[in-house]
Amino acid sequence: MLTKRIIPCLDVKDGRVVKGVKFEDLKDAGDPVENAVYYDKAGADELVFLDITASSDKRDIILDVVKRVAESIFMPFTVGGGVRNIDDIRALLNAGADKVSINTAAVKNPGLIKETSQRFGSQCIVVAIDAKLIPNTQYPIHNTKHWEVYVNGGRTSTGIDVIDWVKKAEGLGAGEVLLTSMDCDGTKDGYDTELTRAVSRAVNIAVIASGGAGRLEHFYEVLADAGADAALAASLFHYREFSVKEVKDYLIKRGASIRI
Amino acid sequence: MGNIGSVMNACARFAGGSSQAVIVSEAEQLKYADKIILPGVGSFGEAAAELKARKLLETLKAKIQEGAPFLGICLGMHLLLERSQESPGAKGLGLIKGEVLKFKSAKIKVPHIGWNDINAKSKTQNAKILKDVADGSYVYFCHSYYVKPDDEDVVVAITDYGLKFASIIAKDNIFGIQFHPEKSQAAGLKILENFIKL
Repeated sequence: MLTKRIIPCLDVKDGRVVKGVKFEDLKDAGDPVENAVYYDKAGADELVFLDITASSDKRDIILDVVKRVAESIFMPFTVGGGVRNIDDIRALLNAGADKVSINTAAVKNPGLIKETSQRFGSQCIVVAIDAKLIPNTQYPIHNTKHWEVYVNGGRTSTGIDVIDWVKKAEGLGAGEVLLTSMDCDGTKDGYDTELTRAVSRAVNIAVIASGGAGRLEHFYEVLADAGADAALAASLFHYREFSVKEVKDYLIKRGASIRI
Repeated sequence: MGNIGSVMNACARFAGGSSQAVIVSEAEQLKYADKIILPGVGSFGEAAAELKARKLLETLKAKIQEGAPFLGICLGMHLLLERSQESPGAKGLGLIKGEVLKFKSAKIKVPHIGWNDINAKSKTQNAKILKDVADGSYVYFCHSYYVKPDDEDVVVAITDYGLKFASIIAKDNIFGIQFHPEKSQAAGLKILENFIKL
């Protein structure tokens, strides 16, 4: 049976993992390769690298990181952040990324999803969505609350409804959705199960839930109850609040389908 | 997926001494191969056309028929069969009789992405590809199509995703793997090692 995935996410800036924390198991907490190897051994099902490098002339640094990570771990990993066009996607895939996530560029130019999924295959095109609840608004067509798509790292509203967008992205060939709740991100109060459930029901592609993980039961809620296929967490793993193994052991104990 | 770089990285772990992994793109180079791995990128039709355009098809067939061990990964596995719903009209190698079908069910998500378990069907001779790999091991899948060989006996392992499909097939010196051994951590690397050490 297909298992639910647990995905640590690493923020990378200028080729270094940010908020590097010194642990005994890491010699260099800022080294992306060492972190990747650590999570590989820790039993993570997949990794996401989010490139938050600000200046565009330093973009090539991430390609070197990707290349070195691909040589070091034998598990799938996704790279996102600042991906603008088909050339960026091709370069990341050629460097060894298994999947590339696109966010702002896909909203600005939805044709990019179609073009790249046809060229490289749907399986490697992940559409990342930053969703924010617009309170007291119903979206009658979908009979759900209304969440809006935000771009430019959550700074710019688009007016686009999340459910509309995810359906469109699926139709254009996206293989997966990386769904981040801006309302829950950083709160540690749990994933946005309502948003995740609404998106999971709307499409027939895998949904990776992101934003809000703080306790073990949050993983169970979003995977078993809300229908997410994978749960992503950054700081929770990064600061070793829980290990991947602790999360997985807990989920197995509660009967979820998890890879040991 | 089916990233050739990842396959090379994985092979590099087991190559050495007399064995060396090389990427070939011409028939002339392929002639010297002792074993062949075909990872898949793109669609069935495109890949079949590309093999033909590069004049690799005939050499590939000849090498396999001479007995060179062959491993097709994901799309590389699909190409072993005769045809695929992905690209109607396109011809595969036809070394394994049967076709490639698309997952169709409202109950499952497509593509089938993630870690799923493989279950050895029987102790056939070709189960040697699974030597020292625990039955029920989890491996990484990423695909929308699956193979349906006419001859059930070529199925070495099955995986359950709404329906039971062939995740490993083998016939004589020919092996096909639906999942990505190069992305399946220890279990996947062991399978690649088994193939390289055949």
